Formats: sequence, C-alpha cells, structure tokens
Amino acid sequence: MTGDRPPVLEVRNLQTVFHDLRGAWPAVNGLSLTLHEGEVLGLVGESGSGKTVAGFSILGLVDRPGEITRGEVIFRGRDLLALSPEAQRQLRGSALAMIFQDPLTTLNPVLTIGEQMAEAILEHARVAAAEVRRRCIDSLRRVGITSPETRLSQYPHEFSGGMRQRVAIAIALLNSPDLIIADEPTTALDVTIQGQIIAEMQALQRETGTAMIWITHDLGVVAELADRIAVMYAGDIVEIGATDDVLDRPRHPYTRGLLNSVPGDTARGERLRQIDGTAPPLSARPTGCAFHPRCDRATDICRRVEPPDTAGPAGRRWRCHHPLPEAAA
Amino acid sequence: MIDDAILDIEGLGRSFTRQPLLAERLLGLLGRRPEIPMARAVRSVDLSIRRAEVLGLVGESGCGKSTLGRMITGITRPTAGRIRYKGAGVDEMPPAVRRGFTLGVQMIFQDPYASLNPRQRVGDILAEPLRVHRLAQGEPAIRARVDAALAEVGLDPSYRQRYPHQFSGGQRQRIGIARALIVEPELLVCDEPVAALDVSIQAQVINLFLDLRARRALTYLFISHDLSVVHHVADRVAIMYLGQIVELAPAAELFADPAHPYTRMLLAEIPSVRNRKRRFHAVKGELPSPLHPPPGCAFHPRCPSAMARCRTEAPALRAIGPGRTVSCHLFADERGPQ
Repeated sequence: MTGDRPPVLEVRNLQTVFHDLRGAWPAVNGLSLTLHEGEVLGLVGESGSGKTVAGFSILGLVDRPGEITRGEVIFRGRDLLALSPEAQRQLRGSALAMIFQDPLTTLNPVLTIGEQMAEAILEHARVAAAEVRRRCIDSLRRVGITSPETRLSQYPHEFSGGMRQRVAIAIALLNSPDLIIADEPTTALDVTIQGQIIAEMQALQRETGTAMIWITHDLGVVAELADRIAVMYAGDIVEIGATDDVLDRPRHPYTRGLLNSVPGDTARGERLRQIDGTAPPLSARPTGCAFHPRCDRATDICRRVEPPDTAGPAGRRWRCHHPLPEAAA
Repeated sequence: MIDDAILDIEGLGRSFTRQPLLAERLLGLLGRRPEIPMARAVRSVDLSIRRAEVLGLVGESGCGKSTLGRMITGITRPTAGRIRYKGAGVDEMPPAVRRGFTLGVQMIFQDPYASLNPRQRVGDILAEPLRVHRLAQGEPAIRARVDAALAEVGLDPSYRQRYPHQFSGGQRQRIGIARALIVEPELLVCDEPVAALDVSIQAQVINLFLDLRARRALTYLFISHDLSVVHHVADRVAIMYLGQIVELAPAAELFADPAHPYTRMLLAEIPSVRNRKRRFHAVKGELPSPLHPPPGCAFHPRCPSAMARCRTEAPALRAIGPGRTVSCHLFADERGPQ
C-alpha cells in the first residue's frame, strides 16, 4: 500500500558511536530503514536501545562525544550527512522537524510563545509581521489551543504539560515539514492528555500527509498509531514490518518477549512471561547476536555469528538465526 | 467498616498551604487577615484495605493518590480524618503498638534512583532498619537477614558490597523492595513502583510482586496511573479524581463495566497492542487545580454526561452493587444511569 509512494527518507547502514577514554562504543549500529510519504513508523525499544540516538542521528543532531561514523541519510534524494552544517540547519525546523519528550526543556522559558514561534518562521523565510502572527495563530489553533491570540503573549510556565507539548507540536508544524521525528512525545503526559495529543497528531497527519517517525517504548501507542513498526535492540533494528505482522506474528524472539511483557494477554494475577536479564550497556555488547544472553532460543551460532538481515514478504525484515515460525503468534 | 480490614481510613484529608508573606502577616496583626489559598490534595477519603488483597489506586497526576499513600504509611500527616491499623487508631496508639504500625506498613517509591542513599552500600541500606528497630542482634544475624532479603528479591547476596549506582533501574527497585520487606511488613504501599522501568523490566518486577504475595500473604496498596498494570495485579480498584475517590469496585467488574464517566474515559484511553489504527477521540479538558476545584461534582467540566445538578451539588459515594460504590448523580437512585 505504501510501496507505490516515493520514499521520503532512506537510512542506510547508519552507525553512531560514543567515545570515552576506553574507546568508541556504537549506540546505533548499522541501522537501515525506509519511510514513505504519509507513513507513520513506530520506532520501539527500551532505554539504551539507541532509538533516541537514531532519531538524533537522522537529523544530524549528534554532538561530541557522539559521532556519526558511517551510513547515509537520504532525505528527498539528498544525503543529509554530506550537507554542510549550515545547509543541515536550514532543513531542520522547516522540511524536517523534531518533537521531544520533555516540553519544558524544549521551550525557552524567557521568551513568549509568540516570540519562539516567530523565530521558527523567520529563521527560514522572510515573512511580514502580520503574516507571521497569522501563521502562529493558525498553527496553535490546529493543535487545539483555545484563544491562541492571548496565548501568544504568554510564557511556557503559564501552560500545563499537555499544553506545552501542543505548543511544541505547533512549532514543529509551522513550516509544513515533510518529516516529523517525535521522541516519546506523550510519555511524560497523563493518559487522558496522551489521548488528546495522539488524536490531534493523527488528525494533522491525515490532513497534511506528513511522514512521521514516532519513537516510543510503549507498544500500545504505536499499535494504535503506526503503519509500520521497527523494533530496536542494542543499536540495531531487529525486526521491522507492517504493524499487524509485527504485533500478531512476530518473528524475532525479542519482539515476542516485549509483547509478552505487557499485561493484557496474560490472565489477571498470573505471572507475566518475562524476558530475563537486562539490555547490555554500550560498552559490553555481547558477541554474535546482541540478544543471545536473554534469548530462550539461543544456540552456539548466536554467540558467535551476527545474524544476517533476512527479508520476508511485504517489506518484512528480521535479524535472527532462529526466527519464530511464520504461522505462530 | 469491613471486618477483615487491615487498615481503614475515615474522612482522611490533607491540605497544603503556603507560609503567609510578611505583608500578609502585618495585615493579620492589624486584624485584616487575607485569605491564603489552600490546596486540598486529598479531600475526605474513606477506604478499607482488606487483609491479603491488592487494592489498586488509580488517577492522573495531581489527583492526590501519592499523598494518600504517604498518609497511610505515616510519612505525611493528615490534616483531617483518622487511620485505623488493625482496628486501633494510629494517633491514639501507645508507642509499643505504634511501632507495630510503623514496621507493619512499608512504602515502595516510584523512583529507584532517588529513594536509595547513594553513599551507602546496599548491605548497609538493608541493615539500617534492622539496627534502628533492633530486629536482629549481632552482625552475623543482621548479615543473614540482609542476605535472605536480597535472595528473596532475586539479587545475589554478594551485591551487598555494592553502591546503588552500580545497579540498573530494575535492580534498584528490587533493593527498594528488599528494604521494605526486611522488617516483615504486612501492608506494602507501592507508589508507581514500575512506572520508571522499561517494559521487560516492568514485567520482571510485577512478577516479583506476584511471587511475594503468594509467598508471604502480603497486602498491597498499589498506586499507579497505568490501568493495564493495575488490571493485571489488583483485586479491587479505587479511582481517584481531584482528591476524592469517585469509584471503588472489584477489579473484574470495574474493567468490564465501569460506572463513573471518569472511569469510562480512563479506560477508553488505555493504548493497547490489541487496538490497531484506532481513531482517538480527544477527551476535553485537564485535571483542574486543587486550588480552585470546580463547584458541585469536581469532574463536571470534563464530563460528557454533566447535568445542571452536577454544577451545584457534589455527589456522595453510594453503593450500586455488592462491594461497588460510585459518586455520580447518574446513579442517584438504585436504578442506575438513565
């Protein structure tokens, strides 16, 4: 369904490492993905899996001690990583936008909302003051903020957490981006507010056809939102595919483990089928398949050989020596 | 009151206010005391926790659920109402009995990073309650209790030499649980114990709670905003809104047939891996400030079924079935919603 549309973004073999005194440790390790126009990709993983660094790397926002060491990020036919820092900066905030988890630290506390929004417009285009104001008001109204005219002259502390996240979204939308990367945008919010924000993002996405990468640890959120899901573990995508395929028929044991960890399918009060152990730190990535110490299907080959990227039907890919059988759920 | 209650509370409330400003104090001296705003974090709550049950307490941030939990453990003093532990009023207890309450009710905190002293070794963190309360005499006995507590929560006893920063979030939460268990409590108040943990670690800690319950006949007050977790562990569930309990029901009934419009709204908002590409329907509004609670039913500005009466008259909690209570004018008479 999404195959006919041209890709907005193609990430190929991306690697981002972090340096410390003992060496360089890959946080993102050979990540590849494709995103089509109007598509929502859920990028799922636990803390330390590299999902946030992946998002930052795609936008070229990696600072020392981090460094993008290889790979390509092809956005609308151009490799972003090959562009000059100034050219990258021009794309960010216009064609590419990011929404962060914590709206309190993203907004400048000493500028009014109106000033911050105007800055985002004027940074990328010369626009008359009246037009700037009109676009700001428009954008605030689109994300469900009432009386935007008065809100423009207020400071971030005068907004609640949910409202602040709406403002951050309104700023991201100002220049009609082709791609939005949202990093846990609703994690800090209550369920009812999360529902409101997701509802508005869905409506906006339908309206504008913006492609989106939604980074989260919450499988429930991506299940309801995403067209495709990519599951990350120890810096790489271990499984990617259409939402229904990945959630109903996971091929990678880690994906199945995550799904079993979520209360819901297990009878009330019964033990959940947990994944033992914890995710490895960057500096102690296991050999072979990084998941093998926690995997109940691991054999000798998993300890020695990195599993190959295997392709299935309908853009399905996984990295596992012993994938779960196709039919089993 | 329920006969088999381990703890019950009656009319429990807690208000917070700020210190008067100098100018306000001067005005007070002149006999014109200005009104200082008061936030009623918990307004009059009645609740009984039955022996060996898991009671889930659910609500959004700012609804007062943590304050209620802290009052039950004696960390925060109530400004109104009373707490009875095993039938005796906590305030009237002689010191020897009060010690039974202090040890019998333990709390597990949300943030495993902030609730452990970073300068103490795990062995000392766990030994401290034993020493303070003289629960074990002599180093070998203390060491044996510490090792047993670590083993019980699935940590290697050799970890007693380590500091908290050497552990992951899930392991730290296990240490917090071991610290609570070491004094052999009967009631554990768990305040968002898995909210800060990753999905796979969350499942491990939930399993630990379930194992401990089976092994030790513990009673839990399980405070959480995560309805799917509460659904999994709780026997009964209380829903809190702006400092009050608005619905209380056996878990199975509450999730199958929620009564209060707020409960229904919360349930509709839980994202689930079973729902695909659902269209979210934005619920209007946010939790009002406890400084300025709306008149009448506190939920009426967000309620899809609000009537004229809801704006003026606060509904009382009333029984709508065995073990089920709800405070909503829709259930004004026994027939249920019209």
